[in-house]
Order: sequence, then C-alpha cells, then structure tokens
Amino acid sequence: MNVVVCAKLVPTGTPTLGPDHLVVRSGVDAALDPGDEYGLELALQLTEQHGGDVRVVSMGPDEAGQAVQRALAMGASRGVLVSDPSLRGADALVTARVLAAAIATAPFDLVVAGVESTDGYTGTVPVTVAEILGIASVTAVRRLEPSDAGARIERMTERGYDVYECPLPAVVTVTAGAVEPRYPSLKGIMQAKQKPVDRPSLHDLGLSDTTATQTVTAVTDAPTKAGGEIVQGDDAVGRIVDLLAEAKVI
Amino acid sequence: MAGAAWVFAEVAPDGPHPAALELLTHARSFDEAPAAIALGPGAIAAATELGAYGAATVYASDDPVFAEHPGRPAAHVLAGLIEAEPPEVVLFAQTYDSRDVAGRLQGRIGSSLMGNATSIRDPRHARAEIFGGTKLVDVELAGPAPTLILLRPKSIAAEPTGGTARVVPVEADVPDDVRGARIVERNEEAASGPRLEEAKVVLAGGRGLGGPEAFAILDELANEIGGAAVGASRAAVDAGWVPYSYQIGQTGKTVKPEVYLAAGISGALQHIVGMKGAKRIVAINKDADAPLLAMADLGVVGDLFQVLPALTEEIRRRKGS
Repeated sequence: MNVVVCAKLVPTGTPTLGPDHLVVRSGVDAALDPGDEYGLELALQLTEQHGGDVRVVSMGPDEAGQAVQRALAMGASRGVLVSDPSLRGADALVTARVLAAAIATAPFDLVVAGVESTDGYTGTVPVTVAEILGIASVTAVRRLEPSDAGARIERMTERGYDVYECPLPAVVTVTAGAVEPRYPSLKGIMQAKQKPVDRPSLHDLGLSDTTATQTVTAVTDAPTKAGGEIVQGDDAVGRIVDLLAEAKVI
Repeated sequence: MAGAAWVFAEVAPDGPHPAALELLTHARSFDEAPAAIALGPGAIAAATELGAYGAATVYASDDPVFAEHPGRPAAHVLAGLIEAEPPEVVLFAQTYDSRDVAGRLQGRIGSSLMGNATSIRDPRHARAEIFGGTKLVDVELAGPAPTLILLRPKSIAAEPTGGTARVVPVEADVPDDVRGARIVERNEEAASGPRLEEAKVVLAGGRGLGGPEAFAILDELANEIGGAAVGASRAAVDAGWVPYSYQIGQTGKTVKPEVYLAAGISGALQHIVGMKGAKRIVAINKDADAPLLAMADLGVVGDLFQVLPALTEEIRRRKGS
C-alpha cells in the first residue's frame, strides 16, 4: 500500500499576523503540525505491516522543508515540496489544488492528512483534495485496516463512532490520539538527509491560477474579559457554592 | 433580496441539527426568505421546524443514500441545485459532517470557502475569531457565486419566526461513482444525563486529572448538582481517558452553559474557543500560572482532588439542611 501524507509547517509559539494580515511564517519557530504526526504514524504502520512506501507532500515557504525533513526522519521514504512566492496567502481552494496536483505526480493507494491544521483549523482541504482527485474520503478516522473492499475505517462521531467500508484510493484524515507518533531516531535523522525531495514548480504541476479568493480587510482585538477573583485554600469551596447559587443551578 | 442565502441543514430522523436553526436565524439578517437544503432520512419531516425558524423553502429528500454515504452524495446534489439556480451564499455549520460536504462542494464548483466564521454580514463579508478568540478578522470573499461560509455552532441563538416552509422534493440522483465510502455499522455510547451542548452546568476535566479514574469525581459532582454534564479537554481525550464525544474546544464541542467548571485544564487556545461563551467560568488548577485561571470569574489555586470532593460534600450538606 503506497501512502501519501500531507504535511504542514506551523508556528510552534502563539502565531502572529504580519502587516499584510497573514500569519507570519518566515523567521519564526515552526515545526511539522503535531496533528500531521498522527497521520504519518498511521501511514508508517500501514506500510510496515502491508508493504509499500510513504511519500510526504507539503506546500509552504522554503522553511516548510523542515516539516518534510521531520517526516523523512520519522520514516517516510521521499518528499515533495511545493514552494512558490505566489502561494503566500493561499486559501483553502488553492492549497487543495496544489496538494492534489503534487499527490497525483505518482501512483498511490491512500492519502492521509490531519483532521485540521493547528494554526488555521478550517479542516476542509483534505476532502476538497479528494473531490479534485475524484476519489472517496473519510474524515476523523481513529482506525484503518485494509479489507477486501479497500479499507475498513472507524470514524469518530459526536456520539460514538461509525464503521465504513471505503474503496481505495481514498483520502482520510486522522484524529489526534489514534496512534502514538514515534520520535525520529538519530539514524532516521541522518538518513533523512539522503532521501529524495522533489521540488516541482507550479508550471510542472500544470497550475496557473493560484489567486486567493479571500482578503482580510481588518484585524481587531476582541474585547477582553477582565479576570475575576482568585482564591486559595479553605475559601474555595464556599466561593464555588456561592457562584453556583448565584447562577441558580443548585 | 430573496433566494440569496441557502442553509445546508443537517437532519436526522429525530429532527434537524440545532445548528441548522442557528444558521437560518443568522441568514435572515441579510435574506428575508432563506432556503434550506435537507438531505437524508428525516428531511421532509424536519421541514416543519426549519420553516418555523425562517426557511421559506426547504429542498428535501429522505433518500437513505445521504445517510449511508455521508458527504459526497450531498455535495453532488447541492452542486446540481446550485447549477440550476445559484444563490449568493451557502451557509454550513462548522461540524465534521457539514464541513465534509462544504469541502467537497468547493472542489466541484470552485467557490471561495471560509471556515470558523462567527458572524456573517452579507454573502461576501464575514468575521472569524482567531488565536483562541483574541483577534477578530474581517474577511472579504471573491470568486464565483455562491460563497461557502461555515459558521461555528452557538455563535448566535436560534430564534423562531413561526413561519411555514414550502417543501420542494429533491431527486436523489446519485451515480455509483460519486457515492464513496459507505457506513456499515453505527456505534453510539450510552448517554446518561443532559447533552454537553444543552447542559446548564458543564464540568470539564483535563490533564490534571491524571487518569480516567478521576472522572468519577466529576461524575459524582455532576450527579449532586443535577442537570450537569461532564466534558473534557483535548489532552484528556487524546490520552484515551474519555471518548471523543466529551471533547470541548476548537476540535470538539462548543458549549455555552450558565456555569463552566474546569478542573486541571490549563487553558490552551484550542480549548478556550469551545467554552469562552460560558456565562460564569470557574477554574481549578494547582498551577497559579494556568491561563484559564486568568480568564475565570472564579479561579481556584488548589488541589482538585481535595476541592472537588469537598464541593460535592458541601452541596449535599446544603441540600440536606
């Protein structure tokens, strides 16, 4: 089973906005999105058990190469990084078009992504990629195993979980906690530097229009709520009970 | 401006998703006669309630294909309806199921999609909160109509109009090659007590609980208060202590109770997004620097393993006297 993993570089600290109202992505501490590590781990386990290899695909500034390197160090065998100044400020649709084109540069059985990024949280890009590729998708996956029909998949729901039969190829998004991501070994980190990373241009991918359809017109501070009372020790219980009584819930 | 706004209404045999009623309420602020699209078992019956919350027209199909194959067939049918008579905007709830439909639809029609909106001014202008609700971002959407905007649940309160919707049956013409993954089994956890989203009091546990056993302390307190629901932070869910259905936050549920009591939750931005609308916030943490203490109406610096049982005992004592 050949698996493609989508990887995003996200700021590790509290993100900040630049004068262009976009998240500052260059010159800040950043790492592979922790949400992507679960998908990567699932992909590595699948290929270790059933054969095939893992290709990691990322779109971002040059620094996004760090996210690709991390994935290679964890065990992916090759990387694809799409980096172009015109992609700065790319919206969900442009991102999905770029990822879909990069994914389609080689055959695959499964595409794995995080449920949503830790900086943007839109959470629609993976299914849009699936639609562009014309294949099935299941989101919020906590378990996946190959089956006669393709894959048997467990998806989290608001009240429990559903089991799916899913034809392959397909796109899945993997929830945090589904698997325990491994740490890259020293050997893995050394080997990662030798692994191939393709850097196709937008032209190579057959993409021309990468104009974002969204413009941030204003950023303002949300009204902040003043902090309340801080108590310690023996007063605490009485004060909580008072508050519950004020709220008329006891 | 009639026919400008459509609402994608999630439906189930027991009625429309509460977020669908919020979407209709919000759509009415810029379209006096919004339409709702309801697909799946229960859709036609749901039209009565959707109409009562302002839907002038409900495009509905009870076909089971929409429940057996979530997402893809709904996007296919929506794309067909849009092609016939495009509205200016389609509103979705920011839930796992609706955003799968929205993402699919975007791939089909190439419209602009905005996630996590908290208010919508008109089909081309909406606002979102970012960084845990500390910044408000106003966004302008371009591209072909309709725009696709996902509104976070509980961003506004649903208000009925007492209206009646015209029901337009929709043909569920879904070819096999756009059905995709199929549900073969559903598993629901046995639920006791009120649902998290509806409870007047929410008690939430985080990493500070140290393990699954400690959730029994919250259950006991919930029981004593009555009408309280127990939830959790992402850290506690990821650790496997409680199921995902407990999760409150950006990923997970949004709650707006009268009282929110957080025990052993430090207050990551992704958690705050899901609970900052609570009327009163109580936070218990042994770390005086926990960010949630600073935004709580009542912050308790202390050991939750002492405070919570003592609190349960005190409520029991007061009720007894």
